[in-house]
Amino acid sequence: MNDKRVLMETQALSKNFGSLAAVKDVSIQVFEGEIHAIIGPNGAGKTTFLNLLSGELPASNGVLHFDGRDVTGWSPDRLARAGMGRSFQHSSVFEDLSVRENVRLGAQTQFPKSFGLFRPAERYADVGARVAAVFGEVTLDSSVAARAGEISHGEQRQLEIAMLLAISPKLMLLDEPTSGMSRNETLELIGILRRISTKHTLVLVEHDMDVVFQLADRITVLVNGSVLASGPPASVRADSAVRTAYLGTE
Amino acid sequence: MRSVTVVAAAAIVAMLAAIPLFDSPYLTTHFTRILIYMIFAMSLDLLVGYCGLVSLGHAAFFGIAAYTTAVLSAKAGMANILIGLPLSMLAAAIGALIIGLLTLRTAGIYFIMATLAFAQMLHFLVNDSDFFGGSDGILLLTGFRATIGNIVLLDLGNAATRFYIVLVATVATFVGLALVARSPFGRILQGIKSNEQRMRALGYPVARYKLACFVIGGTLAGLAGHLYVTLTSLADPSILDWLHSAQVLMMVIIGGLGTLIGPAVGAFLLIELIDQSAELTEHWKLIVGVVVISVTLFARGGLVGLALALRTRMFGLRASA
Amino acid sequence: MQLSTFLIQLLNSLQYGMLLFLIASGLTLTFGVMGIINLAHGAFFMIGAYLAFQFTRFWGWPLPAAYAGAVLAVVVLGACVERTVLAPLANRDHLDQVLVTYGLILIFDELAVIGWGKDVQPAEIPALLRGSIHLTDMVVYPVYRLVLAGVGLLCAVGLYLVVAKTRLGMIVRAGSFDRSMVRALGIDVAPIFSLVFGLGAALAALAGVLAAPILSVSPGMGDKIIIIAFVVVVIGGIGSIKGAFVGALLVGLFDSFGKILFPTVSSLIIYALMAAVLVWRPRGLFGKTA
Repeated sequence: MNDKRVLMETQALSKNFGSLAAVKDVSIQVFEGEIHAIIGPNGAGKTTFLNLLSGELPASNGVLHFDGRDVTGWSPDRLARAGMGRSFQHSSVFEDLSVRENVRLGAQTQFPKSFGLFRPAERYADVGARVAAVFGEVTLDSSVAARAGEISHGEQRQLEIAMLLAISPKLMLLDEPTSGMSRNETLELIGILRRISTKHTLVLVEHDMDVVFQLADRITVLVNGSVLASGPPASVRADSAVRTAYLGTE
Repeated sequence: MRSVTVVAAAAIVAMLAAIPLFDSPYLTTHFTRILIYMIFAMSLDLLVGYCGLVSLGHAAFFGIAAYTTAVLSAKAGMANILIGLPLSMLAAAIGALIIGLLTLRTAGIYFIMATLAFAQMLHFLVNDSDFFGGSDGILLLTGFRATIGNIVLLDLGNAATRFYIVLVATVATFVGLALVARSPFGRILQGIKSNEQRMRALGYPVARYKLACFVIGGTLAGLAGHLYVTLTSLADPSILDWLHSAQVLMMVIIGGLGTLIGPAVGAFLLIELIDQSAELTEHWKLIVGVVVISVTLFARGGLVGLALALRTRMFGLRASA
Repeated sequence: MQLSTFLIQLLNSLQYGMLLFLIASGLTLTFGVMGIINLAHGAFFMIGAYLAFQFTRFWGWPLPAAYAGAVLAVVVLGACVERTVLAPLANRDHLDQVLVTYGLILIFDELAVIGWGKDVQPAEIPALLRGSIHLTDMVVYPVYRLVLAGVGLLCAVGLYLVVAKTRLGMIVRAGSFDRSMVRALGIDVAPIFSLVFGLGAALAALAGVLAAPILSVSPGMGDKIIIIAFVVVVIGGIGSIKGAFVGALLVGLFDSFGKILFPTVSSLIIYALMAAVLVWRPRGLFGKTA
């Protein structure tokens, strides 16, 4: 039992595509400051669920609460402004812009006065300072003039994290952040995520069980769009339904 | 902005400024027209090249301003550009705001078609209406001047005066858009073009920025439209036809999308291409058609893209943003 | 409005609607299945009309041969264009497609001028189909327009059967929904694309052949009608044959009744209709929503 605040909560959240129920009646709580992992077999509806949380998809049913407010039906940009950040299963970066510009666009959101029309973007010192700070936290190098479309897959994953750091959201929704990464890159990312989690709440969709059990404070298991179990790693591991449906069949 | 571009732009302006000195009314008028289309093309580049909004109805704002100018002159005797210019640009801006609000709800091909449809609506509105002169349009008999009270500052009946006014407007448009392109606002537009989903995920209210871009572009197209009427003394439905919108789109791609100076050069190139081809053969459309297809398929960066590629080849430099 | 006037306008709507459907169906298929915006689709309409005119008026072919020949020739032309210019566009963005197909319009329009001059060519209604028939005591309607509407309806039914009941149709429907998925399933799309494109071109040519006596033949006829066809496609929803059918009928209705009820703004009405539909459904009536 913890007395931490509930940062995000879903009640009976559902999504139907015609007659296909991709997400069924999912009710979970995410506590402030925790790392919450969502796992499940392929096709369990994890990414769809994440899309419901971040506003990319409208829910068919159910309620979403974030930071004390009912945010059901909010658009992605409104949710982002309210403090929700998102990384995507296939890296969604600005491929034809430079690595630095990617992060700068994120940083710019934190300084509303900087949306000017005539002063060059580079002259805004506070934005520049934030960009520098973000690059200090990841191993990505901002001085390389490469376009984001040209860097490696692992570097793109890192770039997405960097963009999230730039907007500094209360809640980060990360969709398979380590997918396609080498062993070393994964270890590196775990370190970064651990550091981030001291100041942010994380929700991770992950397939890599090592990552999950190293990082997660709590785990939710989704199978066929429904919650099979939700709680601390030890209890999820011990849950017999989970063992049969998922871990047991590996 | 790279110093190369600044030098190139300055050189071009200097060359243009010398044109009235040749004392040839034909040449001066010809280049006045080219300058007007430079403004028109640059205004479209803001939409298409920077924000990724492919509009096939940009002529709507050109036309709104042109007809506002013509109507004010013909029906209200308004010949003072110090009043007529701001009014017609305002009309274009309002038109862009309304059309933008309605069309930006859509995306992709729906957006292209919606913009085209609104321009066609306006085309038929003026074509079928007596007030707007029907298919013949409105022919003006009085010229334009810049007057304050009773003092005539500038007489646009004089070809050279008119040329320099338009030149100033063109340079101002170029400088203004160049500043916008480098500004945070301009960067946001480019971000939207690059990955709209990511911009939303970062918290940007994308719809608002698209609308702002659309209105700024539309207002500048209105500037071109107003100046066009001061040059030709005629506003007719063909300037609202979708083929006119397609023509200015061609100027943008031939010069080089998203480079500002490219579309300006593209305006010059396309007008010259059409004029020279027309002298060569009455079937000049064949030539222009082949050129457009070739440029789009094989030289998509337009002239500027070719120039940059050449520079990279020659100097081995990495072409970076 | 008198009943007879109402009936006549209804028939006009049907006839114009069917004409638009013949053109719009090819357009919506090309975009839905191949992902290509083809502004030059109106050229098939125009060339069909010109060729039929050429075959009958100058070469004295019997009517069926002339019509079939015109449609066939356009299909061959369409296949050439598709293989050479359009296939590379499938992966390019909309701007490139708009520009290239606009270039094609310039070329085709000028070829028509080279071939037949700039003037409007009068095409005649075939002798067999001249005259009008009495539908009721009061209502007299030209036979030719009825035939046009009938042919259009037949094609609509035929298309529906093909799309809904055949394997090809299934692939078309799947491709409309998710193009890359169809490819990923290992289905060779190139011949299907060519088939679909050819079918669209044939229908547009047929429309041109049939419409020639009513609309008259001129180099700009393709440009004028393609915009209306696009309006139909946008209203109906891109990639949807059903949408093209409903959209075409709607446009036909609004156009015909608009001319009678609001003559001063009749040309505007269909654009206003499209604007209204887009405000309500930004992807058209039957377009995919995701």
